[in-house]
Amino acid sequence: MSRSDSYYGQPVIKEPTWTWEIPMYFFTGGLAGASAGLAWLSELRGDDELARRAWASALGGLAISPLFLISDLGKPSRFFNMLRVFKVTSPMSVGSWILSGSGLATGVAAANAWTGMFPRTSRVARPAAAVLGLPLSTYTAALLTNTAVPVWHEARGSLAFFFASGAASSAGAAAVALTPPKYAAAARRLAIGGAVSEAVTNEVMRRGLGMHAEVYKAGPSHVFDNISRACVASGAALIAARGRQSRAAAIAGGALLGAGALAARWSVYKAGFGSAADPKYVVAPQRERIERGESRGATRRDAKVSAPRRDLATPATSDGR
Amino acid sequence: MSHETLAWPDSYGDKAKPRMGFFTDTTVCIGCKACEVACKEWNQVPMEIEGFSGKSYDNSGDLHANRWRHVKFIEEARPQNVLHVDSEGLATYQEGDGLRWLMASDVCKHCTDAACLDVCPTGALFRTEFGTVVVQEDVCNGCGYCVPACPFGVLSKREDDGRVWKCTLCYDRLKDDKEPACAQACPTNSIQYGQLDDLRERAEHRLARMRAAGQDEARLYLADDDDGVGGAGAFFLLLDEPEVYGLPPDPVDARRDLPKVWTAAAAAAVTLGAGLVAAVFGGRE
Ligand code: SF4
Ligand code: SF4
Repeated sequence: MSRSDSYYGQPVIKEPTWTWEIPMYFFTGGLAGASAGLAWLSELRGDDELARRAWASALGGLAISPLFLISDLGKPSRFFNMLRVFKVTSPMSVGSWILSGSGLATGVAAANAWTGMFPRTSRVARPAAAVLGLPLSTYTAALLTNTAVPVWHEARGSLAFFFASGAASSAGAAAVALTPPKYAAAARRLAIGGAVSEAVTNEVMRRGLGMHAEVYKAGPSHVFDNISRACVASGAALIAARGRQSRAAAIAGGALLGAGALAARWSVYKAGFGSAADPKYVVAPQRERIERGESRGATRRDAKVSAPRRDLATPATSDGR
Repeated sequence: MSHETLAWPDSYGDKAKPRMGFFTDTTVCIGCKACEVACKEWNQVPMEIEGFSGKSYDNSGDLHANRWRHVKFIEEARPQNVLHVDSEGLATYQEGDGLRWLMASDVCKHCTDAACLDVCPTGALFRTEFGTVVVQEDVCNGCGYCVPACPFGVLSKREDDGRVWKCTLCYDRLKDDKEPACAQACPTNSIQYGQLDDLRERAEHRLARMRAAGQDEARLYLADDDDGVGGAGAFFLLLDEPEVYGLPPDPVDARRDLPKVWTAAAAAAVTLGAGLVAAVFGGRE
């Protein structure tokens, strides 16, 4: 962007102040959310071995998620201020409530699956955990897309599907790695289906981004994207080829898929920084919107008065106010 | 009252005050930075030494947690073609050298549709009885969501403190019927404070006079209710495109796309549910 259409090339919007905990949480939240769904459905089908392990990954993900979120706060001791209001205009507010509900429900459900505690409460808690796990896996996309960061905001229709795919593949991957192969058929299907869907939704998102897709081709975002694609492809291939026969292959494939889903979150997260740092991503699309006549923009050259009054047109003096 | 926001004036009932704001007339700014200093003094904003930037007289960078007024300096190799410079009080003209020097004091826009306020999950950001947007420092937990939400890049975190800070439009002074510190300090009245309705009227007359004097590039920025942020409590008279001043030409409050954002999240959640059902019940084994 030339100097003449920016202020010394300085950014127009601010980069997020979020730190490493946020992409980690996107991963653990998605893992936990989809694992709860896998666990409950497997129970319904009578796959108790698989269900118990999926409840364990759901609980593990949900136990660590709030730690990431709290540690990212500027004032960690004020975490509970998140629960003093409920605002649909704030995906972070909605998400805090979803996470709280999921955490409670999954805690009860997992305890029941492993120890038989809370038999009555868990009849409600298990389906509740499974259902709340779904938005838990996708609201994080709403959180990013509901900002002024162009590469995120412009993915508002597609990012949630990319995140949902990553949640599916990581929940499948964790269950594949934790479960003896003969009980893990559903987990393998979920892992491989999620991986395929991750590749497809990633592509769909890129295509919809126009000029903003550039930021995925540079810097850390690009590196994480390459890592993610390599891990997802090799992990899915390994599980498909050997996951049924070999526990070792299942564990390795699961680890690769999980790493791929995590790297994908990092790639998206880092893309936001590249997008916010360069004013061209903010200004050029807005300028085009105005030139195409889709928006009037925020400036107006014609005054609403034709015969200006001199007393009003002169810069005011405060004592004359 | 006009220029209604989501929470003002309705949620205040009889306690609502007229909506107050700033009209920053950059055509008379002389770049003295009295506003930056007055703001820091009154609001006890921490010092920040940024060194020599090489960007004209702007050594203070941008708006952030520790700078709530920021004066920008733009040097353009473009002589001005204005007929009655003296009588119109246009201070940004340097005679003879063909250089046009634009100066502008930037500030939080106190948007009608304020993205920062929409996304704040704690309710720390709120709409005051004057229609302004203020962070309550005893509520903010430093989640940082407002930072990338603001389409103008106004907010940031104070590192040692963890919370976000920004212009309050001197909420404390307003409650005492005093004008904000920057407006009081401004020697040219480039920063004018008052009721938004009065300021807008004043701005229209000023714009008409600038145009009549041959300053065709004069334009109002954020002075209309039908722009992407519903107009702003702090609006500007500029002499070039907004991006030249580091301002977005068509800022939009992300809330306008919220239905799409939530629809996508819900549809993806349902798809994920369907995928889980297919994986668990769809096999032959
Ligand atoms: S300019 Fe930014 S910080 Fe100020 S009210 Fe608007 S959205 Fe909020
Ligand atoms: S950082 Fe503070 S003011 Fe900003 S959204 Fe979070 S709680 Fe609200």
